[in-house]
Amino acid sequence: MRGKWWIIMAVFLIIPGLLTTTSCSKKMVKSDGMTMAGEGAVSDETAAGDTTGYNQGGLDEEGLTPEQRRAKEQFLNEHIYFEFDSDILSAEAQSILMKKAEYLRDNANRSVTIEGHCDERGTTEYNLALGDRRAQSVKRYLETLGVEASRMTPVSYGEESPADPGHTEEAWAKNRRAQFVFN
Amino acid sequence: MKDVFKTVLMGVTLWLASLAAAFAQYDYIDIRNPSLKKIPIAIPNFRISPTDSVLSLKSSNQIAEYLDFTGFFKIMDREMFLMDPNNPETDRATVKFQNWKTIGAELLVTGNILTQGDLVDMELRLFDPFKGEMLIGKRYKGWTKDIPQMLRRFCSEIIYLLTGSWGVFDSRIAFVSTATGHKEVFTCDFDGSNPQQMTRFKSITLTPVWGMDGTWIAYTSYAKGQPDLYILNPSGKQGTIVSKKGLNTTPAWVPGQFKLAATLSFSGDQDIYLLTGDGKIIKQLTENWGIDTSPTFSPDGGRMAFVSNRSGTPQIYIKDIGSGKIERLTYEGKYNTQPNWSPRGDKICYSTIEGGEINIHAMDLKTRQAVRLTYNAGKNEAPSWSPDGTLIAFSSNREKGISRIYIMTAYGTDQRRLIQMNGEQFTPSWSPKGSGN
Repeated sequence: MRGKWWIIMAVFLIIPGLLTTTSCSKKMVKSDGMTMAGEGAVSDETAAGDTTGYNQGGLDEEGLTPEQRRAKEQFLNEHIYFEFDSDILSAEAQSILMKKAEYLRDNANRSVTIEGHCDERGTTEYNLALGDRRAQSVKRYLETLGVEASRMTPVSYGEESPADPGHTEEAWAKNRRAQFVFN
Repeated sequence: MKDVFKTVLMGVTLWLASLAAAFAQYDYIDIRNPSLKKIPIAIPNFRISPTDSVLSLKSSNQIAEYLDFTGFFKIMDREMFLMDPNNPETDRATVKFQNWKTIGAELLVTGNILTQGDLVDMELRLFDPFKGEMLIGKRYKGWTKDIPQMLRRFCSEIIYLLTGSWGVFDSRIAFVSTATGHKEVFTCDFDGSNPQQMTRFKSITLTPVWGMDGTWIAYTSYAKGQPDLYILNPSGKQGTIVSKKGLNTTPAWVPGQFKLAATLSFSGDQDIYLLTGDGKIIKQLTENWGIDTSPTFSPDGGRMAFVSNRSGTPQIYIKDIGSGKIERLTYEGKYNTQPNWSPRGDKICYSTIEGGEINIHAMDLKTRQAVRLTYNAGKNEAPSWSPDGTLIAFSSNREKGISRIYIMTAYGTDQRRLIQMNGEQFTPSWSPKGSGN
């Protein structure tokens, strides 16, 4: 009787343990102590595209909760914009950067490239320098917010990599930006 | 005894006269004269044996094209010639100067070609019909496939005689093209022929510049995910990559030296540094907080022009490397960039942005007067002087908004497209003399 009990315990402890180990082997976001124990197999349907949000504990393929996924997407997709020929951070830019600093604090394993871009007006060489100025400006501001310099690499693309290939004021405004990419 | 004396006297007189004639020849072209009149030059078909009218015409046409490229000559129409094309004139014995004077030919080129299989023995001569003199007589022997090179050599002799400078015929032009779908470095001959792809990074590669008599080249590439500076000897397979954090951009060689300047921003600020050809920092050349970029050196390397926004907008400044003194060069307009120092030392050309247009200007460094060279023709930028300072290569999108490489004289005349390629072409850089053949 005792022997059988042992076997039953083993089945109910070890096997789920193996399953969760496999499913959580990808990047785990070390955040607010969320545990995965006893979770069972990961289902892609659980969290992907779930924006209504109330699916506490559902993970996507990276092991992120919907909230974490949102934060990550916002970090990568919310850019800093600049005035023509300027590297000055507007009030809006500063508040966006405060959110980015928060993300980087919460995700201490992340290091980033800060890309600096320009619109197509202006000349190639000067725009390479202006893009660099924008990237460096963002990096310095994040340093004042406590992000370690070693986690950030500024890379200028000048006018070489526009977000919008158009030739209008709107397109140009979208291209004068700094954006973040994970290393 | 008296006869000997007479002969010697005659000899000395003739020798002195020929010297005088030699100096007088520099009157032909004064390239500092802005109201340059083109010299009418006649280049009839060449005598050739065994008969090959195709090669005869091709060779004389090729010389005409090379000389036409310089902007100094008016190539005369063969229809005007009184010479019998079936009996081409070649040397003093056969040239009828009166026939050329009559039609107003101030210069005449003749050729006499002997071929034997793949070998050629070619005589080329330059005459002054009005003085009735031969000015240059050269003989070239070699493979027929090398005929274009021989013709270029002869044209170099002509330009050297007339201007005191060897001209552009041995030079090459490097530029960026998107022909393959990515920005890569390409090169071509001075006249746009023989285009060759130099880089194959399939990334973004920018602003190539030649150094060391055209045997070295430098450019910036994102091949490794950030703007790195590649300094290399394409034929010798030597080179270095400068890959500091931030910018490694806008290389500019010190003329004739194994050194170059570049914009680096590893310190957090964009400044110009002087590097060895191996990529080691020699010293920092600008220290101003703000953008300092786009260096270009005077022919003796003693002064550097560059772009800085230290006064609020991008303007061009000159630094004396020895004394460290910096003075501002451009005061008109709000965006003056891409300076390029003429190999003659007397002028700097640059691009100016005003009202959405970009145009090229040239400033005389003595008078500090700037002349605008392009008008109403789209965006014209990235000027680069020819090694003799008589021509400027630049990019222009005047044809349907597509950026292509153009050439013009130092005075802005004779603007024409250099090369036809797929995609767009940008930022030409003209090699120092003698990188080609």
